[in-house]
Amino acid sequence: MTATTEINKIINEDNLVYKKTNLLLDNEMHYCPGCTHGVIHKVIAEVIDEMDIQNETIGVSPVGCSVLAYNYIDIDWQEAAHGRAPALATATSRLMPEKYVFTYQGDGDLASIGCAEIIHACNRGENIVVFFVNNAIYGMTGGQMAPTTLEGQVTATTPYGRNTALNGHTMKITEMIALLPGTRYVTRQSAETPAAVRKLKKAVRKAFENTTEKKGLSFIEIVGTCSSGWKLTPTQSNEWMKENMFPFYQLGTLKDE
Amino acid sequence: MGDVRLMKGNEVIAEAAIRCGCDGYFGYPITPQSEVMETLMARQPWEQTGMVVLQAESEVAAINMVYGGASCGKKIMTSSSSPGISLKQEGITYLAGAELPALVVNVVRAGPGLGTIQPAQSDYFQSVKGGGHGDYKLIVLAPASVQEMNDFVGLGFELAFKYRNPALILSDGAIGQMMEKVELSDYKPRWTDEEIQEISGSWATTGKKSDRERNISTSLDLDSARQEQFNHKLQAKYRAMEENEVRFEKINCDDAEYLFIAYGSSARISQKAVELGREKGIKIGLIRPITLFPYPTKAIQEMLGQVKGILSVEMSAGQMVEDVRLAVNGKVPVEHFGRYGGIIPTPEEVLEALEQKIIGK
Ligand SMILES: Cc1ncc(C[n+]2csc(CCOP(=O)(O)OP(=O)(O)O)c2C)c(N)n1
Repeated sequence: MTATTEINKIINEDNLVYKKTNLLLDNEMHYCPGCTHGVIHKVIAEVIDEMDIQNETIGVSPVGCSVLAYNYIDIDWQEAAHGRAPALATATSRLMPEKYVFTYQGDGDLASIGCAEIIHACNRGENIVVFFVNNAIYGMTGGQMAPTTLEGQVTATTPYGRNTALNGHTMKITEMIALLPGTRYVTRQSAETPAAVRKLKKAVRKAFENTTEKKGLSFIEIVGTCSSGWKLTPTQSNEWMKENMFPFYQLGTLKDE
Repeated sequence: MGDVRLMKGNEVIAEAAIRCGCDGYFGYPITPQSEVMETLMARQPWEQTGMVVLQAESEVAAINMVYGGASCGKKIMTSSSSPGISLKQEGITYLAGAELPALVVNVVRAGPGLGTIQPAQSDYFQSVKGGGHGDYKLIVLAPASVQEMNDFVGLGFELAFKYRNPALILSDGAIGQMMEKVELSDYKPRWTDEEIQEISGSWATTGKKSDRERNISTSLDLDSARQEQFNHKLQAKYRAMEENEVRFEKINCDDAEYLFIAYGSSARISQKAVELGREKGIKIGLIRPITLFPYPTKAIQEMLGQVKGILSVEMSAGQMVEDVRLAVNGKVPVEHFGRYGGIIPTPEEVLEALEQKIIGK
């Protein structure tokens, strides 16, 4: 018996334990090896599929590495200007209140240039879901400092490490957002292990379910890696994230009403 | 006669929006146009037609809400005045780049900077030459009366959807604030989901149905060859607008030897100056561009056999005059007359300018 026939015997319906959701398109992903965006896309696609809300969901992609998110998840998408995704989502959700509307934003997009838009969408309590991918850096433009960059962290614009006196403090925008009465569910997750991915998926599902119940804005921060920006291998990146980011950006749910 | 009332220009914008079946208005307060949102909030159209009205946190947010709403195939508008319109330029170029229909109203005040809240026409370049980045054009309508504030809301949406392009009503603080008799349009219902499907189903992001590809509202294409193709498509659209959508009014032009060219408030003042001039025996006419893009270039050129000189009148330091000169191409003298900084010229001043700058030369 050849190896191929052996494999073909194993790959059959009865043995199927995992199948890629059809919502995840087969377009070649442009993300770097080790990047967290791909895993997060997969989790979101799976939840939309499992909840069977593909034809009711509109995603708003940001400017940042995930600008092309619309190439990967098979739903209707709007591509926003840098930082403005919450404004697009606000109008979309108000004009079509029965739909599931989410934004997908990086930390530069959400916490820096789009700070006003996210704070006000949260404060108004828009009935949307926000995915906030925090990799402590501007990935797309080549690894410059973000508001979330840690003290001492070397980036293209903090070549000697982030210096608080010069560059200001590292921003925990998720904590600020949890203070706003318009948010119902605010949580910080990660996606570096299968267990973390499973937890993330639960959070994503809960967030979309909140939309059904019109419970107000659900906000999920995902602490992630940027191997290219951090100039580390994917494995080193995970280690660096655990050592440096998790103590500062503590995982867990900040608010669940 | 339909529903005739005495109303402010800005109030009429709001009323016309409700009546033409507008789905959403997103704005931020600024003088001299705040009455638009104030009127909408007082009218509570969400109770009547289901129209969404939201005070955004900034003009930047407002125009991006317009982008989101327009992406859903809905009739969406915003209004502001000059400083706020400057902030909206990012969103406007994205609307043009994503080929989204939407209506923007600029009730112009004097600049630059914070300037003053008094009327001006100094946003002409910004409106017709771009304003934001990239090669794009807006359909620009210039109302000269409260009645046209009413009429151009419906027309603006019609053209915006015809070309999948943002349209701009370029008004000014005088037209926005003045009260005039207006015949309001009849109520048109908002589009149903089925109608939106029919009109915009090929691109609107209303939720992907199993019988179609996903719709993506975007202005991004990283491939230069495709980006150039897309720009060709946009340019073809702008040429089609030039072919089909030029609107203007000719007043006393049949025997005119001299010509005023003016839009909006300046056109009204110039019309009075035409009367004053004719009383003195000067054969003056007026061309009033109604669309500023596309510009009535041909209408001006058709007058060149008979006129001896042209005065472009605008409440600016001289912006539209450049388009007049392009049309005239040196065949007859063209001069500009303007007051600015919020000063409105008198008809006497305008006539005197013609006499000095054109006739006396
Ligand atoms: C108005 C504007 N300013 C700047 C840029 C350049 N730019 C593109 S992506 C980006 C940063 C994105 O970083 P982040 O949001 O952290 O996302 P990431 O790429 O790390 O996923 C910047 C500054 C832009 N496209 N538009």
